[in-house]
Amino acid sequence: MAPFFVYVGLFLLLPTAIIVAGSFAATDGTFTLSNLTAINQAYMITSFVNSLTISVASALVGAIAGALLAYAVATGNPRGAIRRIVTSASGVLAQFGGVTLAFAFIATLGTVGFVTVFLKDHGFDIFANGVWLYKLTGLTLIYTYFQIPLMVLVFLPALDGIRPQWREATESLGGNTWHYWRYVAGPLLAPSFLGCTLLLFANAFSAYATAAALITQGGIIIPLEIQSLFTSDTGQSQPGLAKALALAMIVIVTIVMTLYTLLQRRTSRWLK
Amino acid sequence: MKWSSLTRRLGLAVVAFVLVAACGGTSSSATATCNPSTATSVTDCGGLDALIAAAKKEGKLNIMATPPDWANYGTIINAFQTKYGIKITSANPNGASQDEIDAVKNLAGTGSAPDTLDIGLKYALANTALLAPYKVATWSDIPAPQKEATGLWWYSYGGFMGIGYDPSKVPGGTINSLADLLGSGFKSKVALSGDPLKSNQAVNGVLMASLANGGSVDDVSKGVDFFSKLNKAGNYVPVVGTPATVKSGQTSVLFEWDYLSSSHGKDVQGWKIFEPSNAILGSYYTQAINKDAPHPAAARLWEEYLFSDEGQNYWLKGGARPVRQAAMEKSGKLDAAAAAALPKVSGTPVFPTADQQTAAGTYISANWAKAVG
Repeated sequence: MAPFFVYVGLFLLLPTAIIVAGSFAATDGTFTLSNLTAINQAYMITSFVNSLTISVASALVGAIAGALLAYAVATGNPRGAIRRIVTSASGVLAQFGGVTLAFAFIATLGTVGFVTVFLKDHGFDIFANGVWLYKLTGLTLIYTYFQIPLMVLVFLPALDGIRPQWREATESLGGNTWHYWRYVAGPLLAPSFLGCTLLLFANAFSAYATAAALITQGGIIIPLEIQSLFTSDTGQSQPGLAKALALAMIVIVTIVMTLYTLLQRRTSRWLK
Repeated sequence: MKWSSLTRRLGLAVVAFVLVAACGGTSSSATATCNPSTATSVTDCGGLDALIAAAKKEGKLNIMATPPDWANYGTIINAFQTKYGIKITSANPNGASQDEIDAVKNLAGTGSAPDTLDIGLKYALANTALLAPYKVATWSDIPAPQKEATGLWWYSYGGFMGIGYDPSKVPGGTINSLADLLGSGFKSKVALSGDPLKSNQAVNGVLMASLANGGSVDDVSKGVDFFSKLNKAGNYVPVVGTPATVKSGQTSVLFEWDYLSSSHGKDVQGWKIFEPSNAILGSYYTQAINKDAPHPAAARLWEEYLFSDEGQNYWLKGGARPVRQAAMEKSGKLDAAAAAALPKVSGTPVFPTADQQTAAGTYISANWAKAVG
């Protein structure tokens, strides 16, 4: 147990403590609440709304598409090639976020990306109404590229817990497909599905590198806003406010992860 | 196996210790003739030859945040190394002014602290306690408002905010006014060369757009409005323009200091720079010497070199306007061909103060996301 607590202490509790302390410290080290009240500015709130929007959107898209894919895999041959390919590909792609993913999009769908140029040469300009790739739409699209594989990985065990016998039991008792999903599989899978969606939300909410590599100007989401507050060359450097923003993010993620844990507990009662 | 590698390491350590001890001995004998760390001019150090001798004994110079393609620094560094046989370590070439100040503080007392600084004026003003007073031999050529009276800092080179562009990518092959950029021929082409929330250069780009649209150095809001319109027209790209994005064509129209923009000519055939006559926004960088420079003589020699006719003409060749340009033009020492190659500027230049830039930066931070989010 001791090594575990040392590890958690060094890499989780200590950084959190530094952020909490920094949120309440003025530049001269005295206690202040001004960092927290400074969050209440129109552009900060916009960034928070943007961050929440992109996290909710990419989590929903990721959860639904990922769940369908996972269901297809779960109902297939458990030792088949498809299952092995999909799970190992998901394992890799779920970690594919960051600079590599951003670059992949810049090279294909960027303003001079080859897909963009190819379509343009054939009379179709995907950026006719502006370069949406660098906006929330683009970020949401890119985030689904690591959200869907993550959903497959975390949702597959729940689907595997559903036994074929339950379906047979439903049918022998006179139920149809609708009854099976409404009264058996649906209630069993719902907590897990919601929990996984929350996990995806937290995953997108805290993602930084992909957005930072793609959008090098302006801070449309909170992690980018924090970055500019730390490294500004133009006299806008406000480490205290950056830490206060980080604290606000920690609070949101803590709430989400608590709900996730509660839902997981409920799921594990049935699906062992 | 382990023992043999241990003894080898011990051997290396002994050799290193002897070398360090030997170096310490020579540098202390150099200080006997001239004390470079307190010298405030080359005569203080017994003349240029004595300074050169002291600098050669140090044998090294640390500079920072000076990329080779920035204002011709690559050439200048090589020329200095060849001329004096002093090895230059150019750390963190893409660093910012604040990184230089941080390095002076964090590396104080070590041999790798930066010897000289190439920073924005604001950083020099805020950190005078870290700087050593020194006046280069050509001090009198630098106009009075462009230097600190005791020699703590002085302007080095600068330029004007321009709009660099690839003529083959813009309608008609030319830009004649800022309003042109709002046209449909500029779809997803226009960018800034920095993040306006972080970079001084980007703030100045927005400030220039403000001047061109009826704003002033005290009112950047017209510039933010301009970028908002640019964004609505689908012409603005939120990508920091770099040599790579210019070369790949992601940022065919780029707000940038003219002396930096001119370097894109090697990547893009016919690269041009437009400077709107109603918005000539100028800025100079500042040179200063670290008070605790690990190589004080080399630091001073480097400054003498940068502000010699040779050093100034190198900056000019890199498209930067050296601070002694006017004086050298008078004395006939200016590289006329390089001066003629600078982008044409007509109009009265405006030089925003550090306070005006900070005020612009504050306004932009609060309004940028709304304007181009």
